[in-house]
Amino acid sequence: MELTANITGNILICRVKGELDHHTAEEFRTFVDYNMENNPVKHLLLDLTHLSFMDSSGIGALIGRYKKVSSTGGRVMVVNENKQVSRVFEVSGIYEIIKSYSSISKAINDI
Amino acid sequence: MNAKNYMVLIIPSKSQNEAFARVATAAFAAQLDPTIEELADIKTAVSEAVTNSIIHGYEDSEGEITIKCRMDEYGVEIEIRDEGKGIQDVEQARQPLYTSKPELERSGMGFTVMETFMDEVEVYSEKEKGTVILMRKKFASLAKEQGVSGNEG
Repeated sequence: MELTANITGNILICRVKGELDHHTAEEFRTFVDYNMENNPVKHLLLDLTHLSFMDSSGIGALIGRYKKVSSTGGRVMVVNENKQVSRVFEVSGIYEIIKSYSSISKAINDI
Repeated sequence: MNAKNYMVLIIPSKSQNEAFARVATAAFAAQLDPTIEELADIKTAVSEAVTNSIIHGYEDSEGEITIKCRMDEYGVEIEIRDEGKGIQDVEQARQPLYTSKPELERSGMGFTVMETFMDEVEVYSEKEKGTVILMRKKFASLAKEQGVSGNEG
């Protein structure tokens, strides 16, 4: 898994590359939480363009980030998830709390 | 031709084997010419079952997980077996959002994902003996070969 982040306004944009499962979830959690806590940001935008696989362990990690970010009034958004990831999102009902966009600019404009 | 083909994979319950287990099973199933979606479904379901064995079956200890995949005339049958502590209440475990480990940020959606992505999921578990998850997936390409669709007589 490869994680990179940059900041636009009060949004942390995190690019997730590789596979998000039980094995990689801890690295994802640590990276996102550290960057959310140590930067002047409120919202979390996950660019999933290069996320090739995710299972329900990834859903658990996303819900955990959602709880943290929303507790301080922020939003969690995802961009460009592939079909496999999207199916796991649908089954778990996570689209109810995390909105998906087709591009980073569309997500930013919606805040 | 493929009816008797099968594979058996035995792995220690290490989390880095989750990716290997799902990719190896999908590579075996790929011989039957499934769609990309069908292969992705198998990868996801195997990932869920193997993760369950690692987190819940063996918890902090280490044991072996056996993955068997058999081809039949309709698709594949996948068996994932551990000799861990077993599931106390299988019906409860299969409920969406149920997790015995909320502190670990588990979503409780593992069985729901397996049931959604596979055609059949059976769970056999005995306390302190282990768990067996048996899943079946039919492939559209084989349904056509078998004439199940009715188009080819």
